[in-house]
Amino acid sequence: MSAIDSAGDARTDLVEVTDLSVEFGPVRAVDGLSFRLGRGAALALVGESGSGKSTVAAALLGLHHGTGARVRGSVTVAGTDVQRASGEELRRLRGARAAMVFQDPLSSLDPYYAVGDQIAEVYRVHTRASRRAARARAVQVLERVGIPDAARRSRSRPHEFSGGMRQRALIAMALACEPDLLIADEPTTALDVTVQAQILDLLHTLREESGMGLLLVTHDVGVAAESVDEVLVMRDGRAVEHGPVAAVLRAPSAAYTRELLGAVPRVDAPRAVTGKAAEKAPGTGEVVMAGEVVLEATGLRREFGRGGRALTAVDDVSLTLHRGETVGVVGESGSGKTTLGRMLVGLLQPTAGEVRFEGRARHGTHPAVQMVFQDPVSSLNPRRGVGESIADPLRARGERDEGRIRRRVIELLERVGLEGAHYDRYPHEFSGGQRQRVGIARALAADPRVIVCDEPVSALDVTTQAQVVALLGELQRELGIALVFVAHDLAVVRQVSDRVAVMHRGRIVEEGPAEEVYGAPRDAYTRQLLAAVPALDPEVAARRRAARREPATA
Amino acid sequence: MSAFSGLTGFVLRRAVGALATLLALSVIVYVVFYAAPGDVAQITCGPRCSPEQVHQVAQQLRLDDPLHVRYWHFLQGIVAGHDYSTGTSVEHCPAPCLGVSYQSGRQVMDIITAKLPVSLSLVSGAMVLWLVLGVGTGVLSAWRRGRISERVLTAVTLAGTATPVFVIGLVLMIVVCGEFQWLPFPQYVSLTDDPEQWAWNLLLPWLSLALIEAATFARLTRAAMLETLAEDHIRTFRAYGVGERSVVGRHALRGALAPVIALNANNLGSAVGGAVLTETLFGLPGIGQELVHAVDVVDLPVVVGMVLIVGFFVVVANTVADVLFAVADRRVVLA
Repeated sequence: MSAIDSAGDARTDLVEVTDLSVEFGPVRAVDGLSFRLGRGAALALVGESGSGKSTVAAALLGLHHGTGARVRGSVTVAGTDVQRASGEELRRLRGARAAMVFQDPLSSLDPYYAVGDQIAEVYRVHTRASRRAARARAVQVLERVGIPDAARRSRSRPHEFSGGMRQRALIAMALACEPDLLIADEPTTALDVTVQAQILDLLHTLREESGMGLLLVTHDVGVAAESVDEVLVMRDGRAVEHGPVAAVLRAPSAAYTRELLGAVPRVDAPRAVTGKAAEKAPGTGEVVMAGEVVLEATGLRREFGRGGRALTAVDDVSLTLHRGETVGVVGESGSGKTTLGRMLVGLLQPTAGEVRFEGRARHGTHPAVQMVFQDPVSSLNPRRGVGESIADPLRARGERDEGRIRRRVIELLERVGLEGAHYDRYPHEFSGGQRQRVGIARALAADPRVIVCDEPVSALDVTTQAQVVALLGELQRELGIALVFVAHDLAVVRQVSDRVAVMHRGRIVEEGPAEEVYGAPRDAYTRQLLAAVPALDPEVAARRRAARREPATA
Repeated sequence: MSAFSGLTGFVLRRAVGALATLLALSVIVYVVFYAAPGDVAQITCGPRCSPEQVHQVAQQLRLDDPLHVRYWHFLQGIVAGHDYSTGTSVEHCPAPCLGVSYQSGRQVMDIITAKLPVSLSLVSGAMVLWLVLGVGTGVLSAWRRGRISERVLTAVTLAGTATPVFVIGLVLMIVVCGEFQWLPFPQYVSLTDDPEQWAWNLLLPWLSLALIEAATFARLTRAAMLETLAEDHIRTFRAYGVGERSVVGRHALRGALAPVIALNANNLGSAVGGAVLTETLFGLPGIGQELVHAVDVVDLPVVVGMVLIVGFFVVVANTVADVLFAVADRRVVLA
């Protein structure tokens, strides 16, 4: 009976983790981690994938019980000793005193039941309230998280909600029982940046009003800077650095933290490496494009579906790409940026308009215009060696000499920073960053003049992301390839692009040299996007949050 | 189409689709059986008929007409009924008329209406049993995954899949009716005559048909349950302290039901005409037995009529399943 209810005792910490280790078979995901979280305080666990941060979050609720994971050390949450608590004691902790918000708001709700019913179910489990009272509570918390017309919307199923509304609904579920601790595991990773800003603001307001503690798990240093008082940087299951957020972000003491912060692309910093095209017009600030035009799109339009349900994904978009330059296409989900990229490559036929490659109108794909895809896992055939995948464009071009194919593929593998010996390995043997290098090697195999990269680094950790971005820049300088860089991440786009096009609802709302678009945006939507990007400085973040709040209350 | 949006439109579209499927099925069945080689007139008339008699039979059965004309006539019969000559008198076959047996001279629809209640009795009772047994064991073995109880259940269901229906049925009959005499040997009693006797007499046929099917359902349910139990929203409810019974029974099972409903629709439909072994073993005069007999004696109108009736049940069961999906999960309607 050690798990005595001491939730009301204000002297004890909300969370006490001492020497926590979690092992999955031979893998040690968390290795001797200790930290405390006071009542009402906010701590972020920051780390790259595989650092063990999500495992810690799950351990706080005892979610590893009965899964075969070995958990050692002690975890006390809101007065409950999670390690020694019975199943019933754990059940009473979960949701009632410590509630968790998960990463993917679509898959985290049951698709078959109304959102309000799911919240009511959780509420009833912990309070024995009547059905009606629980429904009323569900509507109340949905209102609290800013769902308009909550009484009606509570009867909708999750698929009828947008991504941001789903995340709000999950937060509402967490609030239902007024917990002392909110555990948020990558709560905004699946969301667009403007929606992310809204959710982070919401978490902030809720914390101010209710005084609950927050444990935020994130890979994004910017998200941490926006939301918490303290950060704990994790790597390979251990704490690398722990301290107040401002101190850690401004003057990191650990080498790894410096490396991590150095790799984070900054939306407010100018481009580090400049491309060939920009070098030819130094210091003038004018748009002087010396290179000849390689790819030109005029009046591109693409519709999906027919009749009344037709959706215009891309609407009258024109884009010019010069030799050796990088054009960034940035926009939120649904803005049409991927559709545009696919039309440029020729994977999709435009409904109207045309794409000209080196002055000639073109239908279908062309070997000199290649693509690098977002997901390095699913864009490689898992049943074929990577060498064979890279050799595909060579074979498609009619190359028959196996010796020559092998030599060329090995050359390409080495060119993208892999080893020739990797030829016969399979995709699952590589890390995410290495797989994306394979994808780039495959695009290079056809000796392209243009490569369209569709979210090439969004699935990668920041340090890996920085390496892949550097590789693309290097290839561009050496081979004079023109790049179209499609991404949702404004900072990454700024790091790589000479010119930037901002897309919104299928149209390009602003286009120009990167420095101008980021430094002095003319379009209201561009300004809104830039304001939503998390700042790495907590003070700046607080100022921006205040600025965002004002027009809402006015 | 835009006039019928949402669920009503979906149901209407599915109904039209079902009708089209049935029409296509009727064409295929008709062509396959009537265009197949073999002298139908000779077989129908009997081995000792003279060529004149065979010719007469062929004329009476309209076998000399081109195939498409006969098919059109067949369709007309279904919609409006038609008159036909028995050689001595003119009879009327009311709509829906599926034709007249070459062998007995009885109208196919009469034969079907005599046999159908038996088949439907057998299948409906067996379905309740196979769903309860199959889904029940499937849920249990998914939930108890990796424990002894799950291994025992898996072994039992595997044995169930592997055992032929006549072995199970025979063993049941020998033990229950022979050795211990708990029940009399089954004999079909109509539901309208005596509901209690109906159920008692059908108990063993239900069990033996259900045990085989239950094994398939158990394996399918187990696989689907394991899949949904691994989904993110299950983790959400566990992390919110919702009890295991509600997590498994309310959230995981609901997601696992879609493939079960789909399989059930197919099995239900095909068991109406396909439970021949069970019908034969227990002496039940159902559609399956009659169909096998009709194929033996090349009684084409009966074969075609019965295949269409069985097809009708398969299509209706699948359409109902589609509508159930849509009611359970509105995203289906949007797709």
